[in-house]
Amino acid sequence: MEVFRLPKIKSLEELRKLREEAIKSMRVRESTSTKITVGMGTCGIAAGAREVMHAILNELEKRKIDANVITVGCIGLCAEEPLVTIERGGQPGITYGKIDVEKVPKLIEEHLIKGNIIDEWVISRG
Amino acid sequence: MHRIYRSHILICRSSGCPGSPMIIEALKEELIKRKLENEVRIVQIGCPGFCSRGPLMIIYPEGILYCEVSPDDVAEIVEETIIKGRTVERLLYEDPIAAQLVTHYSEIPFYKKQKRVILKNCGLIDPENIDEYIAEGGYEALGKALFEMSPENVIEEIKKSGLRGRGGAGFPTGLKWEFTKNARGEKKYIICNADEGDPGAFMDRSILEADPHSVIEGMLIAGYTIGVNEGFIYCRAEYALAIRRLKIAISQAMDYGLIGENILGSDFSFRITIKEGAGAFVCGEETALMASIEGRRGEPRTRPPYPAVKGLWGMPTNINNVKTYANVPRIILNGWEWFSSIGTETSKGTMVFALTGQINNIGLIEVPMGITLGEIIFDIGGGIPKGKKFKAVQTGGPLGGCLSTESLNTPIDYESLKETGAVMGSGGMIVVDEDTCMVEFAKYFLKFSTDESCGKCVPCRVGGKKMYEILNNITEGKGKLEDLDEIENLAKFMEQASLCALGQLTPGPVISTLKLFRDEYVAHIVDKRCPAGQCIPLITFYIDEEKCKGCGLCLKNCPVNAISGEKKKPHKIDIELCTKCGTCRDVCKFDAVYTK
Repeated sequence: MEVFRLPKIKSLEELRKLREEAIKSMRVRESTSTKITVGMGTCGIAAGAREVMHAILNELEKRKIDANVITVGCIGLCAEEPLVTIERGGQPGITYGKIDVEKVPKLIEEHLIKGNIIDEWVISRG
Repeated sequence: MHRIYRSHILICRSSGCPGSPMIIEALKEELIKRKLENEVRIVQIGCPGFCSRGPLMIIYPEGILYCEVSPDDVAEIVEETIIKGRTVERLLYEDPIAAQLVTHYSEIPFYKKQKRVILKNCGLIDPENIDEYIAEGGYEALGKALFEMSPENVIEEIKKSGLRGRGGAGFPTGLKWEFTKNARGEKKYIICNADEGDPGAFMDRSILEADPHSVIEGMLIAGYTIGVNEGFIYCRAEYALAIRRLKIAISQAMDYGLIGENILGSDFSFRITIKEGAGAFVCGEETALMASIEGRRGEPRTRPPYPAVKGLWGMPTNINNVKTYANVPRIILNGWEWFSSIGTETSKGTMVFALTGQINNIGLIEVPMGITLGEIIFDIGGGIPKGKKFKAVQTGGPLGGCLSTESLNTPIDYESLKETGAVMGSGGMIVVDEDTCMVEFAKYFLKFSTDESCGKCVPCRVGGKKMYEILNNITEGKGKLEDLDEIENLAKFMEQASLCALGQLTPGPVISTLKLFRDEYVAHIVDKRCPAGQCIPLITFYIDEEKCKGCGLCLKNCPVNAISGEKKKPHKIDIELCTKCGTCRDVCKFDAVYTK
């Protein structure tokens, strides 16, 4: 049987480097300043919300963005599903409607990296 | 590279929640069935403390808390919460006072008055994954001590912090370390006393199960400071999960080189051995504990010489409790000023209590020193079940003492507890309600301590037995008023003449209940009456004619046919036939059976 062994940590610097890595997988358990909420009612799922959520998760990982992705039930605007709300640094959330997998990279790029709200996709603010 | 999951489901997996492995299994299956296994991670955690509502499940990033989860709930949780983002209301905690559902873990009233310092990681990290401990700042204090502080600096820091031994006696930790450091010996040892044996106590077990690395890190810092390279953890074999997690923690720390030669590239080397005890209560006494590690019979010896001078195999040895070591990394990282800002004048920091007995929120709590007993019982503990009145709380286990309603405003610290006749002890807190007979209560603890007497010295071996006989007579209605003086004499004798703390403190529960509830003792002796209605030889069972609905349940269940009565009419107990087994009281749905 192969015994899995962890590599030796040879200095305090190495310990700190390891910690930086380890923190990433713990972030889900701490509140971050960015919260992305995806509508996951039956309406949302039917409109592709799960695929959208996966696309968001991939994009966050690719771009190394620190954010919590949360799923919520139907908020009553089924016609606009999939709905994605982004809240940053305690600011009121911006809700985007009819987000599909193709729109996700642009959404992350504009809103989370450049800080620009994509007005034509917004259906609600605050 | 650590995989990032969008959601973590934390499930308490400690000895207190035996059902949780089935939940974990069911959850694994459900996640695979739903193809969510790469999206959602299951994390087993140690005890988050809210044991009365366990097994608990905490779902992140939302922080939703589900109580009393069973494997049957798993499919619904995955469907509703994980996939659709809705909460399953029936599993939420309902605040009994505000009568509203509480969704988030952090908002449960149970946690509001707590200050979690050494329990910080308990219920947050996976104790079997060293990376999670490191992510939360683990082993950073060790690094700080090794590279930024001299051993003298560390001793100074611990001394200034005001940390006192959490095993019960409250000896200043910094001073103890200094004694061992300055003692002469060709080899020195460090021991962690994890031989927690008090009935109703589970503080040390929970910490070892939930955050074993914090204890290991504390021992490593002590080793560096005192100049020792060998440590032992003495833990009772009954603590199987604690020992398993300690072994995993030690092996992971060894892989990383955090235990072993030249730790983190420094000159400091240290190794840790786990010694499993066979469960004798007296082995929690330090000299008996050391004898047991040496392979001898677990019997105490006289002190001095103290272990700091002559300990394990005759060498200077530093012994601290689990919680004392767990405090050390926090003090090193946050500084003595921070630590000494918590607590009272003479007792700094926090204290961990295992809250149990007749109290609503049974669980593991950590509170700042100086909090009042009332705040613990009513605000954190949620009061007494079934609307009964609070009567007393036993602190310090079978060797402690009890506190009554008069002490509800007493601040909890080493000195003020001593003044009231109770002791801080290691953190056991057993609460009893108005229906408890205090003579019987004292007798229970006395029985425990006399059974656990090692028999080496006469005062403990014979004195305890003698005292038990007297108490037994009192509960059987054969007591005399002179017995109370005899108890006090015996107690004085045992306190002064016993070899170790076990014998010296055995009379504790008897003396403190005698002080606070003397009238109950007198009622047993003079009136031949048990005011709480518990001592069988002293009570008679009656049926309340007003309350009895004549359902016939007691009649059917009475093993000696002592109950008679027609259907739908009040029943009666024949006192001559009644064997006082209490079955009728247990089965009655209308609370109609009472004792006098």
